[in-house]
Amino acid sequence: MKQNGNPPILQIRSLSANYGDVIAIKDISLDVQQGEIVGLIGPNGAGKSTLIKVLSGVLKASAGEVLINQKEVSTYSPGQRARTIAVVPQARQLGGAFSVEQAVLLGRTAYLGFLGKPAREDLRKVAWAMKQTAVDFLADRKLAEISGGEQQRVLLARALAQDTPVLLLDEPTNHLDLKYQVNLLKLVKKLVKQEGLSVLMAMHDLNQVSGTADRVALLANGQLKAIGSPEEVLTQENILQAYQIEIDTFTHPKTNKHMIFPTE
Amino acid sequence: MKNRPFLVIFILLGLSFLLSIALGAVTIPPGNVLKILLNKLPWFELEGIWPAYFETILWDLRLPHTILVTLTGAALAGSGASFQGLFRNPLADPYLIGVASGAGLGAIVVMSIPQAGRYLIPIGAFLGGLGTIAVVYRLAKVGKIVPLTTLILAGVAIGSFTSALTSFLMLISDEMILQAMSFLLGGSTVTGWEPIAIALPYFSVGILLLVLSGHSLNVLQFGEEQALQLGLSVERVKIFIIISASLTTAAAVSFSGVIGFIGLVVPHIIRLVWGGDYKKLIPLSILGGGITLLISDILARIVMAPSYLPVGIVTALIGAPFFLWILRRAKKEVFW
Repeated sequence: MKQNGNPPILQIRSLSANYGDVIAIKDISLDVQQGEIVGLIGPNGAGKSTLIKVLSGVLKASAGEVLINQKEVSTYSPGQRARTIAVVPQARQLGGAFSVEQAVLLGRTAYLGFLGKPAREDLRKVAWAMKQTAVDFLADRKLAEISGGEQQRVLLARALAQDTPVLLLDEPTNHLDLKYQVNLLKLVKKLVKQEGLSVLMAMHDLNQVSGTADRVALLANGQLKAIGSPEEVLTQENILQAYQIEIDTFTHPKTNKHMIFPTE
Repeated sequence: MKNRPFLVIFILLGLSFLLSIALGAVTIPPGNVLKILLNKLPWFELEGIWPAYFETILWDLRLPHTILVTLTGAALAGSGASFQGLFRNPLADPYLIGVASGAGLGAIVVMSIPQAGRYLIPIGAFLGGLGTIAVVYRLAKVGKIVPLTTLILAGVAIGSFTSALTSFLMLISDEMILQAMSFLLGGSTVTGWEPIAIALPYFSVGILLLVLSGHSLNVLQFGEEQALQLGLSVERVKIFIIISASLTTAAAVSFSGVIGFIGLVVPHIIRLVWGGDYKKLIPLSILGGGITLLISDILARIVMAPSYLPVGIVTALIGAPFFLWILRRAKKEVFW
């Protein structure tokens, strides 16, 4: 889809943000390449959600800059931003009165006029996104009537319909059972490779991060403590510092993935 | 019926409109109503025998009254639906959140100024309504959301306050102005074509803006944060909707007074039958509001004929139990 992946698609430089007087994130710098998944980990309150809020324009940065395709995005209007960054929030009971197709179509908001009348291109994108996430057979069902795993796929479809180079996922596997968790992450991985997206994904399950992400960024107290491959970041030392939990690490005999296990 | 909402609702609107013109102290048979109305058009020359005063009653009393009632119901239900969507709160209603009372106060203030012309009433009502919603919104907001309880509490408190001011202004006014004000109690007793001529621009602009905001309201149903991430200019859209809904409420209150519950009951019924897509919900609520207030008004006229009950009493008698029913449902609602 996109040409030359040399400069990173998403560049975060010395980004800081506050909630009132409280510093939420401080001096965070990281890049995401085209086709790369960067897993964002850290204890509750580390600043994962805040970083996603700042990147998606919900919260204003107090310092630093965000570049997408080498363009500073802080001055973007909500519409411009929504054409460069899409967010997959946690599935919650919201907008239950909408059908799956209507919900996915809302992903085209940034391309539609004030009246929200879809053009043929919008409907084509919506149909494509629903097919990619295997929710097309649910098109006419109400959001309130489908399962949590299906709802999460609808939110992913909505973000795909936004047609952006950058995708942010905020703990997308929360509240899902194991089957849905594994399937959703597989789907994200497949789509990222296929579409050449740049993904930043906040997650809690460290082993899932290790199995999904190309690189891992560890946040604690609003600061970036480590970034690198899962082996480099998910170490006894880093995890003890960030989570105050003792772990062992090992390589999974079948998948060859770097795994952790709490020993306390 | 399920698939042709607009057809169904237009037929019901036409029937209740005819019925409203036909019924009253003197009943004009609906057939004659149609003929008299159609004969006004250049290409109709329908035969019929009726007393001449039928035409006088129809043109000078019933028709303007019926049109005003229709517009009022449409405006209240339309703004109710959009307030509900904006606050994502099934109990938002121009009356319950205090906007209608604030608009009433604005209208009274204009009326108590002897030099102010009647054409200024809707402007006063608009400013009164807008001021009230600004205060209620600030009071009701907890963090980023506007919870059901605080919205209603703030609305009722501010609404009572503005109503008290309204009553006070009425008490200190002299007899003549007082009479002109009595409609504010929800009486819809202002008659003739003048109020329609004055309020029509406000009705039309307000209703048009509400209909146009359907898509934005849809996006807002996923919360302000997601709406922003989807590319909606949330702050601008919120102001647009608040202004449109306040304008529409003000137009309704200006000459029909403070009528409760229409803005609550109608969008709910529409949502139950035809779903929660605001692109359809808003126009259907507007048409449904016209029907509902017409029927309430017909009841108000015939229940204790020849005297005329304030229509606000009828809507409250039907609406208050409905309000309680929704309150009970609100916890487990899935269609909302």
